[in-house]
Parts: sequence; C-alpha cells; structure tokens
Amino acid sequence: MDINAMLQMLHANRFETASVLLFVVGLAGMVFNRNLFKKVVSMGFMDSAIFLFLTSSGFVEGRLAPIVTNPAVPASAEVYSNPLPAGLVLTGIVVSVSFTAFGLALTQRLYKRYGSLNIDEIMMRAQKSED
Amino acid sequence: MRLFYENFPFFCVFLGLLCGIVTTLIRDGKKARYLTLLMLAVCAVLSGVVFAETARAGRCFSYAMGAFPAPWGNELRSGPIEALLSMVFCLVMIFSLLGGKADLEEDILPEKQNLYYIMMDLLAASLFALCFTNDMFTGYVFIEINTIAACSIVMAKDSGQTILATIRYLIMSLVGSGVFLFGVSMLYTITGHLLMPNLLPAVTKLFSNPAYDYPLAMLAGMICVGLAVKSALFPFHTWLPTAHGSATTASSAVLSGVVLKGYIILLIKVMCRVFTPAEIGSLGVGSVLLVLGAGAMVYGSVWAVREPHAKRMIAYSSVAQVGYIYLGLGLCTTMGIAAAIFQIIAHAFTKPLLFVSTGGLIDASGHQKKLYFLRGAGRRCPMAGVGFTIGGLSMVGLPLLAGFVTKLVLGRAALAEGIPQWQMIVALSAIAISSLLNAWYYLPAIVQIWKGGEADTDGVVYSHEFVPSLSFKAAVVCMGLAVILLGCFAHPLIELLTKSVSLL
Repeated sequence: MDINAMLQMLHANRFETASVLLFVVGLAGMVFNRNLFKKVVSMGFMDSAIFLFLTSSGFVEGRLAPIVTNPAVPASAEVYSNPLPAGLVLTGIVVSVSFTAFGLALTQRLYKRYGSLNIDEIMMRAQKSED
Repeated sequence: MRLFYENFPFFCVFLGLLCGIVTTLIRDGKKARYLTLLMLAVCAVLSGVVFAETARAGRCFSYAMGAFPAPWGNELRSGPIEALLSMVFCLVMIFSLLGGKADLEEDILPEKQNLYYIMMDLLAASLFALCFTNDMFTGYVFIEINTIAACSIVMAKDSGQTILATIRYLIMSLVGSGVFLFGVSMLYTITGHLLMPNLLPAVTKLFSNPAYDYPLAMLAGMICVGLAVKSALFPFHTWLPTAHGSATTASSAVLSGVVLKGYIILLIKVMCRVFTPAEIGSLGVGSVLLVLGAGAMVYGSVWAVREPHAKRMIAYSSVAQVGYIYLGLGLCTTMGIAAAIFQIIAHAFTKPLLFVSTGGLIDASGHQKKLYFLRGAGRRCPMAGVGFTIGGLSMVGLPLLAGFVTKLVLGRAALAEGIPQWQMIVALSAIAISSLLNAWYYLPAIVQIWKGGEADTDGVVYSHEFVPSLSFKAAVVCMGLAVILLGCFAHPLIELLTKSVSLL
C-alpha cells in the first residue's frame, strides 16, 4: 500500500484512528504512570476514546438526527442516523463518571494517610507500617 | 405461553437490586444482614427450581424484557448451567457471610455494617445478571456494577493496606473493562448487534469473509483479554493477592469464590453464543488462554510456596486455580468447557472454605496472620482445622475430593481426540507441576496447624480465646460437605454439564 492510499484510508477512518490513539494513550497511562491522580485521568481518556468510537459509528454523513417532528409522516429509518450508540455512550458516561469519583476518593484517602500520590512510594510506606 | 419458572432469572436480578435499595433505608447492621441472607436464600431456591426444570427437560429459554421483541429489546436467557451456577453463587455467598461473621463485626464499624450488605446485595444482583444476560452491553454494565461492589467490599475493612489494594484492583479492573468495552464496540460497529443470538449468525458470516480475519481476531482477543484481566488471569493477577489477602474474611471468600467467576461465565457465554468454541480456537485466542492458564497454574503455586502470610498464600493459590479454569476453556472443546465449569463450581466451594477456616485459625492464634504463628491452631479450633484440611487436600488433589475430579476431567479433556499434541503436553505437565507445588505448600501448612505446642512469639502472649459461633460451624460443615460430595458424586454432574454445554 503506498503512502497516499494509506493517508486516504486514515482520513476516511479519522474518528476510529483518533479513538484508537486516544485509547492507547489512556491505557498506557493507566498501566505505566506511577501517579495515582494521572492514572485516574488516564482512565477518563480511555473511556472517552471508546465513546468517540461508538458515537462516530452511529453518525451517518448527511442524515438527520433521529427526531420525528411530524407524526403524520411515517418515519423511515433511511433518513436518520443511528441513535442506539448515543444511548450506549450515555450509559458508559455514567459508569465512567462514577468510577472517576470512586478512584479520586480513594486517591485522596491514600494521600491523606501516606502523603504521596506515587503508587510505588505508597506501597513502600504501607509495607513499612505493616512490618 | 410462558412457563412460570421462566420468570425466576429476572426475579433473582430484581430481588438483588431491590434489596440493595431497601438496605440503604435500614440503619441496623443486623437487620440488613438478615435481609441479605434471606434474599440470597430465596434466589438460591429460585435458581434451583430453574436448574431442576431445565435440566429435567434438557432445554433452555430466553426471556424478553419489556414489550420489545428480540432485535430491539433486552433479553435474559437460562439453561441448566446458568441456573446451577447462579444457585452455587448464592449458596457460597450465604456460607461466606455466615462463616466470616465474627470478623465482619470486628473489622467494620457498627454504623457502617449496613453499607457492607448493600454492596453484597448489588454484588449478588450483578452476578445473577452476568449469569443470565443475553446481551453484551448489559453484560458490560453489570461487570462495572460488580467491580464497584467488589472494590467496596475489599475496602470495607478500613486500613491503609486495603485502600491501597482497592485502588490497585480498581485500576486493573478498569483496564480490563475498557479493553472489553472496546472489543464489544468493534463487534457492534461491524455487525450492528448486541444480543448474543443475533450476533452468532452475523459472526459466522464474517468468518467466511477473509477480509475480516484480523478484525475478528482483534476483537475476540480484546473481549477475552479484557475479561481475563478482570478475573486475574496470569500475568494480570498482580492485584489479586493483596486485595484478597488483606480484606476481611467474608470479603476474601466471596471475592475469590464468586466474583472472579462472574467474569469467566460471561467469557464462556461469549465463547459459546457469540462465537463457537471452534472459532475461538481457530483464531488462536484459545491457545493464548491455554498457555496463560498453564502459566498461572505454575506461577501462582510458586508464589504461594514463597508466601509466609496465610491468607495471601491462599490468594496466590486462587491465581493458580483460575489458571485451571482457563486451561479448560483454552482447549476449546465441549469437554474442556465442561471441565472448566466444574472447576468453577468446585473452586467456588473450596476457596471460601479455606478462607473461612483460615479466618477461624487466625482468630484462634491471637490474630497473627503469618503461617508460622498458626502452629497448633487446629487443636485450639478443631472445626476450622478440619475445614482447612479438607480444603487444602482438595486443592492438592486427593481422590474423593472436588479438586481431584477437576484435575481428572481436565486431564481427560486434554487427552481427547483432536487436541493438538503441544496443547496436550502443556496441559498435562501444567496439571502435574501444579499439583506437586500445591502439595508442597498445603501439606506443610496442614501439618503446621495440627502440630502440638505453641509458636515462639518472643515472650509476647497472645489471647488464643476463640469460640467458634454456630454460623461459623454451619458454614464450615456445609462447604466441607459440598467439597466432599462434589468429589464423591461428580460423575452425574459432569455428564449433565457436558450435555448442557450445547444449551449454553
């Protein structure tokens, strides 16, 4: 595949490309970042990436929002974009928000107890206090 | 005409959620506890009825939720296996709560007791939903509810250790569910379905088109790995030992006995209903699960040998036992899956038995958690000692106990025709090495708790006063009996499981 065709493909799938990149950034942040606060933020990144992927899949260029304005005219599925992914994303956002809150609350408690956000340092101090 | 018992799966999920909501209004920890136990008992009976009816008729059924038919509405579905597992989960949760009662009252502040039972209710509801759901996205939502509830019961015992364990658990779980959700989203964007019965023909059609080879392997891999991370498959197990080892006894028992299995059930359903086991095998995902499972069996046991802390040792043994389940699934045959399901049931009884009895042994040794200090604990609290011995011997694989049957059926599944030779060798050697290592750390532990005399505590005197309560005794007896019965009368159950895998 030559570079031009590749760029064209990337452009055609720009939402998917962006969401995969974001997803990888978030995933790497969650696994490799040692700062708990940044880990929680990375989780937000990762979830947003999935939401971008899902919403973009429901959107069809040139179609209308799935709202029937005139009940007299029978609705046809061909005119509208797909509303289901938006519903899924809405559910996902609720889950993501509650997990962010939970994660931040835990981070705060650990910070109060051990005075650090670095997970390695917290683990070291917890180990010391146990012995 | 819908048969009445077909409503029961929905009742189970609904009762769990309802109890969670009602418990928020109950301030009294004791009443909350009775309500939770009652709910679990009712759900056990309901699932038991569904199991008996579906197993007798050899059928499964789907249950449309609300007024919308299949492609739009949500569905539950149950056959014998789902109902059996849901019943086992109820029973195990009841026994764990009974057995861990003394520690619960000690570890959790009295005014926060009711919150603990809210989490237990939600955990139960999400497990029922994971057992019965027929929809990938519903599966995702209940996975997340399960995760939050599981994290909360880890941190119920408020100490620095448990909060640290919780956040590590939370982060690893979220990595897993993120990967799972991305896989499901890809599946949805390609096929346009989320319900499993609609996905199956769509996925089969994709397999005939070579253009979809990579996307299919990718998304099957993501779904499986996502669920594997959540169920602590090696090498994603790092959070498990601290989380299960530091939580209060009832939490440790429920977490390792039940919570890990919820995700695996969803994985089995994905393997059987969205893909077929043969398709998962042909994508190479099965081999990956098999190798990781074998790795877990060896690695978890090696770490358990090196662990001086009694509860953490048992937690490492969970890593190995989850490996057995994945080894069975990785074979991608009916027999392998049946063996994996049997292991889910066997381990669901054995591990909580071990945790609950270890809790008793620790209480009988002045709350010292290291194995060294448990010397003679079995003599001080014979009930807990016997429980620990039965559980430990089952893990080692002594005949007539549940753990032996697992190893037997797994071995038989690995030797069946059509299994590639390398898979057979990996599976059999992993079973052999793991059994040997299990014996290496469980037998000395059993000897240690029955040894005479007391541990040398450098002159510090610990109170060895521990009177096992009635609920503790009942829990140990019931789970011990379950382990023995599963070991002695496994044959009809395995036959039933093998037959029912096609109904999944």
